[in-house]
Amino acid sequence: MSPASRSNGSPEPNWALARKQPTLRERARIMQRIRAFFVDQGFLEVETPQRIPANAPETHIVPVPSGDWCLHASPEVCMKRLLAAGFDKLFQICHCWRGEERGKRHLPEFTLLEWYEAGADYRTQMSDCEKLLCHLVPGKIVVYQGRKIDLAPPWERIGVAEAFRRFASCSLAEALAADRFDEAMALEIEPHLGRDKPAFLCDYPIAKGALARSKPADPGLVERFELYLLGMEVANGFSELIDAEEQRRRFAQEEAARRAMGQTPYPLPERFLAELPAMPESAGIALGVDRLIMLLTDRACIDEVVAFPPEML
Amino acid sequence: MYTCSDLRKGLKLMIDGEPYVIIQYDFTKPGKGQALYKCKMRNMITGNMYDRTYRSGETFDPADLEDRSMQFLYKDENGYVFMDQKTYEQVTLSEDTLGDDRFFLIDNMEVKILTFNSQGIGITLPNFVNLRVIQADPWVKGDTAAGNNKPATVESGYALQVPSFVEEGELIQIDTRTGEYVTRVKE
Repeated sequence: MSPASRSNGSPEPNWALARKQPTLRERARIMQRIRAFFVDQGFLEVETPQRIPANAPETHIVPVPSGDWCLHASPEVCMKRLLAAGFDKLFQICHCWRGEERGKRHLPEFTLLEWYEAGADYRTQMSDCEKLLCHLVPGKIVVYQGRKIDLAPPWERIGVAEAFRRFASCSLAEALAADRFDEAMALEIEPHLGRDKPAFLCDYPIAKGALARSKPADPGLVERFELYLLGMEVANGFSELIDAEEQRRRFAQEEAARRAMGQTPYPLPERFLAELPAMPESAGIALGVDRLIMLLTDRACIDEVVAFPPEML
Repeated sequence: MYTCSDLRKGLKLMIDGEPYVIIQYDFTKPGKGQALYKCKMRNMITGNMYDRTYRSGETFDPADLEDRSMQFLYKDENGYVFMDQKTYEQVTLSEDTLGDDRFFLIDNMEVKILTFNSQGIGITLPNFVNLRVIQADPWVKGDTAAGNNKPATVESGYALQVPSFVEEGELIQIDTRTGEYVTRVKE
């Protein structure tokens, strides 16, 4: 029956849902190609629980409570326990929850792709990103909202301090001292990142990388990077911190900051901390799948690439 | 008292004793950083536009505006004319004051007129309004994919996306809060 004749009897289909069909079909194809890429590279796909006793505490991530526990904001704690138990190449695609995050590029429930590799560092994962996107877009050209971006590697690696020099109205040190790091990053720097080619912003100050390893040559910086395409942040990765004492200190600072902001107190992920000394040198990364799909399907708003944003439930 | 999570397009706030309406709103959060709320606001009295970025934790006073039920009469060279049906008092609002809301006004429609110091500074529309399609490409027979859409224009001059099966002359329901198509209306 055509939609036109249907209107004479029962109500017409929910158009807000119906119009998403082409995008959701493309989304499913992209998901299959992501899985194929990691399987081909020898990564093991795993599933870890989405309801956990505690996330790794981070000052600006609000966990969604679920009974006495909470929903995971990222599968990282369980993924790293698997690394510590000897699994060497892992990936997972799962829903994650972060409270109070809603906007054109944010959903409180969203899809993350995380992958971890023993023996690797953040440089390995930057080239993984280049390979993954070229695998997803064999023509290497993406046109997003009328702007063209060329995916042919290598992509630029730009240090955070250098990005402040180039694009911000103050230096990195001044921004940190004046508590203006996030404003400068979001309003002045990010819009310039990944304009003609994707770009990696890397080497963050230690206060901005609670789970990342310090750079051997410069212990004030951590080996963390973010991937940007056309000003949109798509992934965050780092060389993992494997010093359990140092990790506990940084967690305690983050949890203290969370509580000072009036957030629900959670315990530290003690089993993770207990097993961390067994974790090999490794690197891990989280990539926002919904945002990647926005870019690849040319959709301006994250609502358009998922069937049901929360307001539609 | 509003918090940052209440901020959205159309919200009305009192800042330094004057009412402001949020025209554009965007949530942003640099990687692992704190949430920032970017707002473009219009001073509802002067019409001046401002950009402001707020951090989570900030709070806002709601703009306590008086509203009065009034009927839309007509549009003339001075603007859009509304009348209080009890007192017969009339209020004229400019195109700038109304913004996109002007596209959803229908003759004799009842709306809420917002006043500040007894000056009309905005309106609140019904959530849904029915308008007739005056221009749309014809429905291609065989195009039964429910997700396909096409541009259309309604009698007020407002352009929007509609499903491909909507034809010229049909009456459609539009959500005035989002400006989006909802459904066709049977007559």
